[in-house]
Amino acid sequence: MNDLLQFLSFEDPNTRYVVTGTVLLAISSAIVGSFTFLKKKALVGDAVAHSVLPGVCLAFMLSGNKNPVYLVVGAFLTGWISLVIIDQIVARSRIKEDTAIGLILSVFFGFGIMLLTKIQHSGNAAQSGLDSFLFGKAAALVGTDVIVFSTISIILLVVVFIFFKELTLIAFDEDFAKSIGFPVRRLELVLTTLTVMAVVIGIQAVGVVLMAAMLITPAAAARFWTDKLRVMLLLAAIFGAFAGICGAYVSYTAPAMPTGPWIVMIISIIAMFSFFFAPNKGIVYKMVRQRRIRKKIRDENILKMFYQLGEADGDFFKTRTTDTLSQLRELASGQLSAGLSRLRRHGYLKSGTDGWQLTIEGKNKGQRTIKLHRLWELYLTQYLRIAPDHVHDDAETIEHIITPELEAKLEKLLEYPDVDPHMSKIPYES
Amino acid sequence: MNELYIIAAGSMVAVSCGLLGCYLILRKMAMVGDAISHAVLPGIVIAFLVSGNRDSVTMLIGAGLIGVFTTFLIEFLHKKGNLQSDASIGVTFTWLFALGVILISVYAGQVDLDQECVLYGEIAYVPLDLWILADGTNMGPRTLYVLSFVLVGVVAFIIIGYKELFLTTFDPAYAAAIGISATLWHYLLMGAVSFTTVAAFESVGAILVVALLIAPAATAYLLTDDFQVMLIITVVLGIIISVMGYYLAASLDASIAGAMSTVAGLLFALAFLFSPSHGIIFKRKIHEPDTADVNTI
Repeated sequence: MNDLLQFLSFEDPNTRYVVTGTVLLAISSAIVGSFTFLKKKALVGDAVAHSVLPGVCLAFMLSGNKNPVYLVVGAFLTGWISLVIIDQIVARSRIKEDTAIGLILSVFFGFGIMLLTKIQHSGNAAQSGLDSFLFGKAAALVGTDVIVFSTISIILLVVVFIFFKELTLIAFDEDFAKSIGFPVRRLELVLTTLTVMAVVIGIQAVGVVLMAAMLITPAAAARFWTDKLRVMLLLAAIFGAFAGICGAYVSYTAPAMPTGPWIVMIISIIAMFSFFFAPNKGIVYKMVRQRRIRKKIRDENILKMFYQLGEADGDFFKTRTTDTLSQLRELASGQLSAGLSRLRRHGYLKSGTDGWQLTIEGKNKGQRTIKLHRLWELYLTQYLRIAPDHVHDDAETIEHIITPELEAKLEKLLEYPDVDPHMSKIPYES
Repeated sequence: MNELYIIAAGSMVAVSCGLLGCYLILRKMAMVGDAISHAVLPGIVIAFLVSGNRDSVTMLIGAGLIGVFTTFLIEFLHKKGNLQSDASIGVTFTWLFALGVILISVYAGQVDLDQECVLYGEIAYVPLDLWILADGTNMGPRTLYVLSFVLVGVVAFIIIGYKELFLTTFDPAYAAAIGISATLWHYLLMGAVSFTTVAAFESVGAILVVALLIAPAATAYLLTDDFQVMLIITVVLGIIISVMGYYLAASLDASIAGAMSTVAGLLFALAFLFSPSHGIIFKRKIHEPDTADVNTI
């Protein structure tokens, strides 16, 4: 606990640098990453991350020193070139985009490694530390790094703010943007440049491999919570910043722990949580909803059986045995008995000594389902000219979905018909 | 002799990877291969912790399982979670890689591994790690045995499953109609990619594995329309990459794995520009008379 308080007080200047640096990095890459994510080009960030290495090495070989400005410019250039080449390969040959990305990232990285090892073997003492571009050095950020980070992050955010509308448009509907005369090519260039900038600063904190996570993962997580772009950007930035702080805290309490991987670990946990538990889009939520719908359909089908049996012998409230019911419709026996007791709980059925019996509510509900079924069959034959022997399956599905408003419209359209195409009576509430 | 060992090791890795890569790029799964090559890291570390050494069956099994798990997770998030597939790949492999790096740091004292060796390996050490029998007979570098085992495995896999792999790659609907399980062969292929990656990572590193999975196959894809010819070209390219890469590295005094990737990239660039059937220069020459004709009419 003491550790936490001390960490949060930011007394230690080193902590201050690390936290500010990682948070800035996380926010800017989360925001740029959201746009590439929406353009379905998430892995482009991975390609850039690998492709900056030869640029760093070439800059060092040409300048002979580790001036961060040269290195960043070199990194920027090869990162940018890699994206141009990927575009060209996809446009001019039959190679698919994923192959082109994988090809360029591995070849550029391999070339970078070749240069890096050549530099290392050359015995130039100034080279030590170049490999922080490979694995990141989040825990060792110093004042000047933070100044560079903040400058680039602020430029990034300002550019995103200025071009917000344009970037949104090309992220969602490039063809529309083109058709209304937006300079799509140039805007894509802006987005590419932003991505490369985010990668060039981010890579020094988390390293080559994990940079992709800083771009993709916060955006993917945020996407599960909202459909609004602004909210998504905000959430992605918050997730990224939170992971940045947590990562910095972990390596503050346990200095042997690598900061970058912990940032990625935490953002990944947030993402996994979102994938499973986010309302509406989460996997668990969807499963629960599907189960509920399946149960509802099964229940309505059971009530329908009661109603049909009643129609056949003219007594809707007669007691029916489980055997009679299971002969009528194929249902796993567990599902039938579970459905029956669920319907009793909800007051649609009563159980007697030798079977089950509809209540008034149960009869009405079964009747409505039957009515919708027959109305729909009639609608399909009259308006879509489908043969009467082909309409049953479709009606079997739609009867559970039609809302009261749609029901009223159907009734009116068909002028309150008496019978369906199979001459069965359409029951109305009395 | 060392030269020969290194080139042989490189060729075996290049050929094993290239053959599998042909299937990957045709199935539009190149980036899944990339993801697996990174995601096996935690599998390697855990297997290392369990078995206590580097060269063991445990390691292959551990990483093989993680590889299949990676594929499964990518598919699961994509299909069940409705996450777009590129993001699903990106999230999955970075997460597992981060887990691997954290595990290495936690067990730093017990695991003789580091990120560097995983990322770009060191094939130059192949001749140093010799397999010496109890009676002192020198059997040559141990890595060569592992790699030849993998190569034989990959070739056997492709020969035995040729029809199934071919059909599930090119015509999944027909394959399903005659009763071949696309899912089964999908996971078998991913399992093979994982094994190959693990066996190769120590000598060439994860990145070169990716380069060798994708580059020779993509180059061959630009040179032919016949799948069997594509496999053969890939094998030849793998050997050329290994030989040229070695001498390039030797002349520059640089990483052999890096030089091999560079050569692989250069060969692709040549095919991209000058391939008789699909290169951009000849394609234009073939098309020019057509447009001229159209204009005169």
